[in-house]
Amino acid sequence: MRHSRRYLIGIHVAAVVMALVILLPFAWLLISSVSPPADLVSSHVHWWPSHPTMARYRAIFTSSAEGGDNVAANFRLAMVNSLIVAGSTTVISLTVGALGGYAFARLRFRLRRTSLFAFLAIYMLPPIALVIPLYLALANLHLLDSKIGLIITYCSIVTPFCLWTMSNYYLSLPADLEEAARVDGCSRLGALMRIILPLARPGLLTTAMFGFLLAWDEFLYSLIFTSTTNAKTIPVAIAEFTGKYSSDFGLIAAGGVLATAPPVILALLFQRYIVGGLTSGAVKG
Amino acid sequence: MSVASAGTAARTRRRPSRWSGVKGEARFALALLLPAAVVVFGVVLYPVGRTFVISLFDVTSPLPGDYPFVGLSNYTRVFRDPAFYGVLGHTMYFTLVSTAAELALGIAVALLLNAPLRARWFWRSLVVLPWALPTIVNGALWRWIYNGQYGALNGLLETLHLSDTPHQWLGSPFLALNMVILADVWKNTSIVVFFILAGLQTISSDLYESARMDGAGAWAAFWRITLPLLAPSIAVVLILRTIEAFKVFDIIYVMTGGGPASGTQTVAFYTYLQAFSNQLFGYGAALAYLIVLAVFALAMLYLRVLRQGQMAGVE
Repeated sequence: MRHSRRYLIGIHVAAVVMALVILLPFAWLLISSVSPPADLVSSHVHWWPSHPTMARYRAIFTSSAEGGDNVAANFRLAMVNSLIVAGSTTVISLTVGALGGYAFARLRFRLRRTSLFAFLAIYMLPPIALVIPLYLALANLHLLDSKIGLIITYCSIVTPFCLWTMSNYYLSLPADLEEAARVDGCSRLGALMRIILPLARPGLLTTAMFGFLLAWDEFLYSLIFTSTTNAKTIPVAIAEFTGKYSSDFGLIAAGGVLATAPPVILALLFQRYIVGGLTSGAVKG
Repeated sequence: MSVASAGTAARTRRRPSRWSGVKGEARFALALLLPAAVVVFGVVLYPVGRTFVISLFDVTSPLPGDYPFVGLSNYTRVFRDPAFYGVLGHTMYFTLVSTAAELALGIAVALLLNAPLRARWFWRSLVVLPWALPTIVNGALWRWIYNGQYGALNGLLETLHLSDTPHQWLGSPFLALNMVILADVWKNTSIVVFFILAGLQTISSDLYESARMDGAGAWAAFWRITLPLLAPSIAVVLILRTIEAFKVFDIIYVMTGGGPASGTQTVAFYTYLQAFSNQLFGYGAALAYLIVLAVFALAMLYLRVLRQGQMAGVE
């Protein structure tokens, strides 16, 4: 189909407007993080820092955590906590999700639909509904303010999601693969391990990315279950600091940039799979 | 070597029963699902039951103790609580306005990204960015942009000579609610774009070709072809976003803390306040169960729409 020149110019102008709306807030986050403090609280907004400074990033990466209330050091520790918690959650959830998802996609057994719905129902449960008794249970197990307590909790949210996306991915693979494996004398488990899983690598990687983002973004459980830099994750550290010192946005911005980097880099790497990965179950069933 | 071949022989002999037995298949499925079931239900089942028990008692502290059994009165109390109706109103307003705005914008952006743009991959990666931005960072960023004294929004209005008087964007209840919605829409429109884009890619271009032959303009083609064929995707995204909006908590917590004058409290946030600020755990648990009921009603609707979509041949 040929398009008129006016139409082509029109859609490109619209795309540029869209890009500005998306990028300007991001740019403002970056600019605020390198602006000197005086620029941030001047009576006229400085759109460009008078003297760009990396001091906040340096403080976050190098300042000592000794002596308690050092916000910059807390951000660093919270980042490390977030990486450990989100990373471990992803590995565990992806492993159990990749196995279980195969059962939903390829095996026939009683209560298949019911159990799939049960997992999905858990995924849809609002965390606020579980947080009170989970808090009490973790307190009894001495797992409050620990990374392990968070990982256990997060796995219960991320696993249903992994099950669902992996099951949809397996469904998109040709069904006669197992048939071929069977002719070659593989057991069921052998076929899954040696033939299906290697082929499902794009699905595994995409699911891992979604799982990581889900765990990275979680807020309510971490807010209530953690209290110190032992386990506090980066969203909680940022929210806490925003509430306490709302005018010192420079440091929040620097922490925000660091908290944004891992999910944004992952999302850009997997950009082409996101539309298919998120929607395959929903649109194609 | 001999062990390996013996193993292969044994496998070959047993193959029929392993592959075609219904019982074997079920057992294999159970083995595969067991780890996931332990990880999920091992953590969730106890709290689900326990929350219900708590909701039947007048629990007023996180410590174990003897609390009076009050039956369903925590639930009836919800409906006699005047503050609850205000909170419900904010939640409905938040849900309706943010979902409508995200849907309208999402369809527009998806159509744009489906148009013959140069370097389409570049524009598509842009849309991924707000989606990947952590919710808390998004809230903190917009709180800073809206800042009445030093915020970029007032600065922008001043630079463009649109308004010189500084506005307190988060200063009055209704305005604050709308500004929080704006921040939510900026981030979550991306998800709608993903779903609509996936839907658009299933529409064959032949349909547009024949519509053009019949003399239909672009506008008519959109209303007569695109929108009806997108209906299943739109339904799915509507319900998913509604469920999410019902659960909205993080962005309220970081942007306004429910204020000013409780004007931005949503149901999930109110529940949190009742349980963890006022220590009314029984009442909070009852509120939480009502949210669960609402979310499940929506989820059932979602599954029904999905199944209808399949029957209508949306593949």
